[in-house]
Amino acid sequence: NIFKFVQFKFLLCSYLITFDELKTDYKNPIDQCNTLNPTVEKVKKIKRVKIALKLVLPEYLIHAFFCVMFLCAAEWLTLGLNMPLLAYHIWRYMSRPVMSGPGLYDPTTIMNADILAYCQKEGWCKLAFYLLSFFYYLYGMIYVLVSS
Amino acid sequence: VPDGAENTAPGGAGYSPVQNSLMHSSQMLDGQGFGSTVPGLYSHQIPTKVPVHPSSGQYNFGGSQNVSLLSNQGSGQTLNRPPAGLISMAPLQHTSSVPQMLPPSQNSAAIPSSSSSFVPGAYPPALSNWQYGQTPMSQPTGSQTNHFAHVAGTLPTQPLSSGSTNPATSYQYTVSPGGPPLQNSYMKPGKKDKVNIRTLVQWHMFGLSYTSGYKTTTYPSPVPQNLKMGRNVGYSYPTLPPGYQNASSPGAPGMQSSPLQYQAGPQPFPQPALGTNHITGSMSGLSLQPEGLRSINLLQERNILPTTPLQAPVPNLHEEIQKLNCNPELFRCTLTNIPQTQALLNKAKLPLGLLLHPFKDLSQLPVVTSSTIVRCRSCRTYINPFVSFLDQRRWKCNLCYRVNDVPEEFMYNPVTRVYGEPHKRPEVQNATIEFMAPSEYMLRPPQPPVYLFVFDVSHNAIETGYLTTVSKTLLDNLDLLPGNTRTKIGFITFDSTIHFYSLQEGLSQPQMLIVSDIEDVFIPMPENLLVNLNENKELIQDLLRTLPQMFTKSLETQSALGPALQAAFKLMSPTGGRISVFQTQLPSVGVGSLKSREEPNQRASAKDIHLTPSTDFYKKLALDCSGQQVAVDLFLLSGQYSDLASLGCISRYSAGSVYYYQSYHHQHNPVQVEKLQKELKRYLTRKIGFEAVMRIRCTKGLSIHTFHGNFFVRSTDLLSLPNVNPDAGYAVQMSVEESLTDMPVVSFQSALLYTSSKGERRIRVHTMCLPVVTTLNDVYLGADVQAITGLLANMAVDRSVSASLSDARDALVNAVIDSLSAYRSSVLSIQQPGLMAPYSLRLFPLHVLALLKQKAFQTGTNIRLDERIFTMCQVKNQPLIFLMLMTHPNLYRVDNLTDEGALNINDRTIPQPPILQLSVEKLSRDGAYLMDAGSVMFMWVGKNCGQNFVSQVLGVPSYVSIPQNMTHLPELETAESTRTIAFISWLREQRPFFPILHIIRDESPLKSSFLQNMIEDRTESALSYYEFLLHIQQQVNK
Repeated sequence: NIFKFVQFKFLLCSYLITFDELKTDYKNPIDQCNTLNPTVEKVKKIKRVKIALKLVLPEYLIHAFFCVMFLCAAEWLTLGLNMPLLAYHIWRYMSRPVMSGPGLYDPTTIMNADILAYCQKEGWCKLAFYLLSFFYYLYGMIYVLVSS
Repeated sequence: VPDGAENTAPGGAGYSPVQNSLMHSSQMLDGQGFGSTVPGLYSHQIPTKVPVHPSSGQYNFGGSQNVSLLSNQGSGQTLNRPPAGLISMAPLQHTSSVPQMLPPSQNSAAIPSSSSSFVPGAYPPALSNWQYGQTPMSQPTGSQTNHFAHVAGTLPTQPLSSGSTNPATSYQYTVSPGGPPLQNSYMKPGKKDKVNIRTLVQWHMFGLSYTSGYKTTTYPSPVPQNLKMGRNVGYSYPTLPPGYQNASSPGAPGMQSSPLQYQAGPQPFPQPALGTNHITGSMSGLSLQPEGLRSINLLQERNILPTTPLQAPVPNLHEEIQKLNCNPELFRCTLTNIPQTQALLNKAKLPLGLLLHPFKDLSQLPVVTSSTIVRCRSCRTYINPFVSFLDQRRWKCNLCYRVNDVPEEFMYNPVTRVYGEPHKRPEVQNATIEFMAPSEYMLRPPQPPVYLFVFDVSHNAIETGYLTTVSKTLLDNLDLLPGNTRTKIGFITFDSTIHFYSLQEGLSQPQMLIVSDIEDVFIPMPENLLVNLNENKELIQDLLRTLPQMFTKSLETQSALGPALQAAFKLMSPTGGRISVFQTQLPSVGVGSLKSREEPNQRASAKDIHLTPSTDFYKKLALDCSGQQVAVDLFLLSGQYSDLASLGCISRYSAGSVYYYQSYHHQHNPVQVEKLQKELKRYLTRKIGFEAVMRIRCTKGLSIHTFHGNFFVRSTDLLSLPNVNPDAGYAVQMSVEESLTDMPVVSFQSALLYTSSKGERRIRVHTMCLPVVTTLNDVYLGADVQAITGLLANMAVDRSVSASLSDARDALVNAVIDSLSAYRSSVLSIQQPGLMAPYSLRLFPLHVLALLKQKAFQTGTNIRLDERIFTMCQVKNQPLIFLMLMTHPNLYRVDNLTDEGALNINDRTIPQPPILQLSVEKLSRDGAYLMDAGSVMFMWVGKNCGQNFVSQVLGVPSYVSIPQNMTHLPELETAESTRTIAFISWLREQRPFFPILHIIRDESPLKSSFLQNMIEDRTESALSYYEFLLHIQQQVNK
């Protein structure tokens, strides 16, 4: 049935997003331990920031697409859970720095420690959220499979 | 920075002092930090008289002396750098190779010796005073006194164990013998007659220290241990300047305004192995509070401003280390005592940060040519005076604590021509040094100097007539442009179209090529537009002569700045270089066109002003430029609003500089014309570094938080600077990430890699070392109020852009309130009425009030948006000294200048009048006053000013005949005139920009600007200093 299919697709997609988010994180635990060579760490950090710059928009779009799908499937509870993040994304994009092209981060300020720390924190929070929702969707799917 | 391969092959190493052509007069102080090593101690003190030639005289100071100094050096260094195998040590002394180990028996001898040495110092009251205070304390515990002994400098090499009690020691903190500037600061406030003759004083001290030091040496050392190094003992004393210290401590008796805080520093020395931390505890146990710890009731101190320029506080380090430390003009920290943890820093409520002036013109700069640049293998720190040598073959990095090998080549010291003295190499003796970089430091062959000038030639621009001035100045200075045979130059002009000038060889006259397609700019004949300066000089001169006349009939009012910049970028991108843009109006066509956003009626409301750029075109272009090593300098000469907030981005992110000449007009505003001429000359002829990067490293545990200045931050500690100029300053905010436990000192290192105009790749390295403290009291003790103000100003600019101006103003006031209330609640044990501030922060409220009244942050309608933004740009880009002058001008009375206490520089006598407080109450009608506000000077002549001054200096018969807009002093053949002119030109010489002198009297329209700078007085929209203090008191006591 359609509902199950939709659920399954969510599952896949959410997995994808989680994966993206992992990459989006500028500093993974391995690097944090790797204080032996700070310069190497910094180079990696920069690369990750660059990846993040490219990944931010797809992430927002996929999440928005999800919400639309939940809306179609009339999954009100799930939608409700996702609404705050959607709102946050919209706010975040509205309050981005003056920029002619699409994008969220200003290359001249991204290296500011405050902003970097904020982005990092944001990344971890979202990662946690996506992981939790992933398991929630998984549970939802199995529940539907079993009950049908 | 490309990684330098570790090259172990021994190669020729050369070492040569560089005499910088651009030398600021007052910078003889640099000499002491730069050109010299330990043997140069004495020459430090006479920098102006004897140009230091490190290669010859200094280093070959005489064999025996060298030997002794070597041992002295090794031992005195707390960083534990023993000359290997020199001395066999008793276990107690293991931290260092201590040449004089004073046994108790000798102590009694040591005391009289040093006190007798104080007699020539001629300040017995101070001595006795301090003796009284110190002796009882130093008696009971032998080990503690030692710090004082160190401090005293009388016995810098004494080990802890010696336990000698030396009453004189307390003076140590007053002086760092290596720092003439400090001596000055100490001399001045205390003494009535203000001895400002630096060189003279230094000579004087030199004599004193020598004799007294010598006296001390005559005491025999009866103990075998000493005899071991007996031949050293006698000679190691010359580094001990007791008399010298004594001579420089007269600041102390002054009590009221003398900078006693430095004396007090009861903190331990950064001697890791000595474990000196207990001294603080023992001090706090005493009822006697050192003067520097004194807190001041700001509400009661009326004359808080020192009469001489405020000097940077001296880090409380062992004098041997402090002597090597970086000059505070180049590298300065807001807290000279670094708090151990972030929690402590948060408690102090003071910002932690660095203020740098890395490319400052230096009169003395050691340059090292070596095939191997010794750096730490893990963190890539350059070897510096604060590393420690474990033995001759290994050194320990002072930033990451990794142990590195000393390469074979480094074992040989080219200066002394001795093998096996790595710790005597110039790299390890100078905190500021320049390396010639080998090819590993080049990503491409060093670029030639390339200069491109972009002129606005629209109708509006021609009206102002700036082109004549600029062409003429350029023509005059064409030969002085820094460069070599490879120098290239090019010109672009634009109105609504873009004009290129082909300067191809063989042409009889320059050929103008017009590109009218501004939507998609292309470069016609790119090879002939940027041409070699030397080979085509005649064509270039021809062009510059005709340029001002070429567009006189132009009726084109549009300005296509954006496309012109794009064209310039395209032209420059293969090589990199410098673009100088002259713009006179708001760009109106093509990409990057802007709309007027200024609404004069709303200037008053601090809320809605446009400080942020309206488009990111200029920022993006600047980043492209930065990527191609192109910097853009903007000269804005505009009468109307030109949206500097947007335009300024082009310079800000490409590491350029912004110049703003408000209402420039060749006839109506001759003052600005002269200013442009002078500043352009400096701009064209000053040193320049191309394709530069700057990296700032700091000891593990500290981390860089935010950068301030003009650049692009390429990674968390790397600044991309397509061009670097000697007039740019930078600020860095820092945080303590990990607790600095067990670290007695931390170090900061800035390394600037650049290509000189001669095509050499060079690295200029500055290293600064600061002690770490654990108590809040010590943090306050080491606060550098000027640096704090400078950093706060930078932060406030960011705040006003990201939030709003009123937010930034609140933040500034809160900074004062927070720090003073933290001081009140955490440090002061007895709650006293009034507004208590630590001595080091006594000027903090005044400086912050000055910031609030400064153009960048003031409220009110009388400031135009562009001017405000320009001031913000200056805050970000100016070195600290000029920023402070801009914020808090100096006021002098000039109608009674005398030669008493005058400076003598190159046969010129420069009077040194005292600095007055910025309050109208200090003005009297029968005087004349000079206000030096950095980029502008005012001379206010009182109504009843002496006839003598009016006629002898101003050259007019009477007060009423002083012309309305007088900007020059006539050169008259009178002593008064000579003095005044000498003083003013001396002030002007110290800075890269040209301050205009306005001579004003009561009726002058400029009087309001003059009074605006009277910071301590109330203005229409701002509080007076006293009211401000009351306001703070109210908040603090809440």
